[in-house]
Amino acid sequence: MTNQLLKVDSLKTHFFTESGVIRAVEGVSFEIMPGETLGLVGESGCGKTVTGLSILRLIPTPPGRILDGKILFNGTDLLDLSELEMREIRGGKISMIFQEPMTSLNPVFTVGDQITETITVHKPVGKREARKRAIELLKLVEIPNPEERLFSYPHQLSGGMRQRVMIAMAIACNPHLLIADEPTTALDVTIQVQILELLRELKERFRMSLIFITHDLGVVAQIADRIAVMYAGRIFEYGSARQIFKHAKNPYTKGLLRSIPVFECEKKYLNVIPGEVPDPSNLPEGCKFFPRCYLAIPECRKGEPTFQVEEGHWSRCIRWKEV
Amino acid sequence: MLKQRSLFWIYFKKNRLAIAGASTISVIFLIAIFAHLIAPFDPGETDIAIKLAPPSFKHPLGTDQLGRDVFSRMLYGSRVSLSVGLVAVSISLFIGIIVGSIAGYYGKMVDSVLMRFVDIMMCFPAFFLMLTIIALLGPKIHHVMIVIGATSWMGTARFVRAEFLSLRERDFVQAAKVLGVSDKRIIFRHMLPNALAPVFVTATIDMATAILIEASLSFLGFGVQPPAPSWGNILTEGRIYIFDAWWLTLFPGLAILIIVLSFNLFGEGLRDALDPRLREEGIK
Repeated sequence: MTNQLLKVDSLKTHFFTESGVIRAVEGVSFEIMPGETLGLVGESGCGKTVTGLSILRLIPTPPGRILDGKILFNGTDLLDLSELEMREIRGGKISMIFQEPMTSLNPVFTVGDQITETITVHKPVGKREARKRAIELLKLVEIPNPEERLFSYPHQLSGGMRQRVMIAMAIACNPHLLIADEPTTALDVTIQVQILELLRELKERFRMSLIFITHDLGVVAQIADRIAVMYAGRIFEYGSARQIFKHAKNPYTKGLLRSIPVFECEKKYLNVIPGEVPDPSNLPEGCKFFPRCYLAIPECRKGEPTFQVEEGHWSRCIRWKEV
Repeated sequence: MLKQRSLFWIYFKKNRLAIAGASTISVIFLIAIFAHLIAPFDPGETDIAIKLAPPSFKHPLGTDQLGRDVFSRMLYGSRVSLSVGLVAVSISLFIGIIVGSIAGYYGKMVDSVLMRFVDIMMCFPAFFLMLTIIALLGPKIHHVMIVIGATSWMGTARFVRAEFLSLRERDFVQAAKVLGVSDKRIIFRHMLPNALAPVFVTATIDMATAILIEASLSFLGFGVQPPAPSWGNILTEGRIYIFDAWWLTLFPGLAILIIVLSFNLFGEGLRDALDPRLREEGIK
């Protein structure tokens, strides 16, 4: 277990705002093997994106700060690196793509300029060579007529195309790890499937690891090897995709799984988890899911221990056996 | 899909006044460039025999107290106005863009310090500051350019800062950071081109102000020194003869009025065409 690509160990990222401290990420740990995909799942505001940005050390400081923890990437702690070394990691070794392909590209530059920039920032190559590579990349992400598309501006492309361009930019320097922050949320369902398929292909081809951040368990089922379910800045359940989908041992995960709409069902109503995500600056005592949980008992208020269900499968619930 | 640029043209062309301003500016630029070809006389050539002659076919704008052709002097004077305007505005843009973008991009302490400095600069009565500096440095045309530029960049800095504050939160800036692009590149390659439209508008209107200030300085004897012609000093020299030779003050005055007005109209037209909110009102 020593050759993990990335090992995040009890990461703590807080935001110190005027209305109080927001504990966005509170002791999150996980690891990723080379070529593996981790699905980071949870509702809005549970700390998924902050976790992703923390890995790249792009938390806006102040108000945010990484207080504690380790982020070991190929054995080196990213939190110890200088800003300059970090800049080489970003885009070179670890890349990230975002939810909004509509606004993630600079409107005043052509697609080609933006891709070649990423290449020349990291590699000592000439313009012509970078351009060649850009065409290759556009082919790789299956954009038709890449030679012409190089000269398109972002507003001339559809959402799906733009996300493909974003992916091309992100993988331009063959990163070892790609963090995809809800890359399909803003897209049509049909395009979603295509982008997922593309990400999976690229991952296999370059033996790239992937952190797939989403709130959609249906999407994660198609792509993830392992899944971490996050709630209120904590990982509530962690395990292989099979373990999570077949033997979920946490009431929160169960709630999420039940909320997936099923097409063939005769029921009129969609299952929902009652209540709302708690205010992150004012979290309940003990288990953070306690107020919404159908299995809640008074003991839940006393603490939030994590239990090992089986090899590689953990759940943060004292009643996991009964789930 | 209509391109941004052609959309801009459609709206700009509708604004007749802006078109008039733009064409006048182009004509004046051509005159300034080809002044040595158009001018019928040497602007320094004196002929006491025909001093203070009223406008005629030979001297369309008359002659001055030394018998020099006012028309030729005016043509050469346009070079002064435009070059002072261009250089001064370039200096002010340069300082303003750098100060504004650094303040807006880094925010926090950097922003506070730089913006307080801008506030301090704005507190000075600019015109008296310029007079003082030129009195110390000596009245030369390049001193005038530098002084105007160095005292008029604050508006641009505030504009650029405001644009950067909003651009900084945009996804593509975050995306560039994620891909390891340096701060310098993000500021100048990614953010600045997105902030340039309103900067161009202020630059055009600043051009008018700079030309007006140069004329005022020359009028007071702190600008371009005679015998070199500038609209401002032609006006000053003519002031003594205002009751005997009206053409000495009327034409340079008119020229200043026209060029300042043209730049203002052009600038406002640019602003309206670039601002989508004003565009909609234009359609109604």
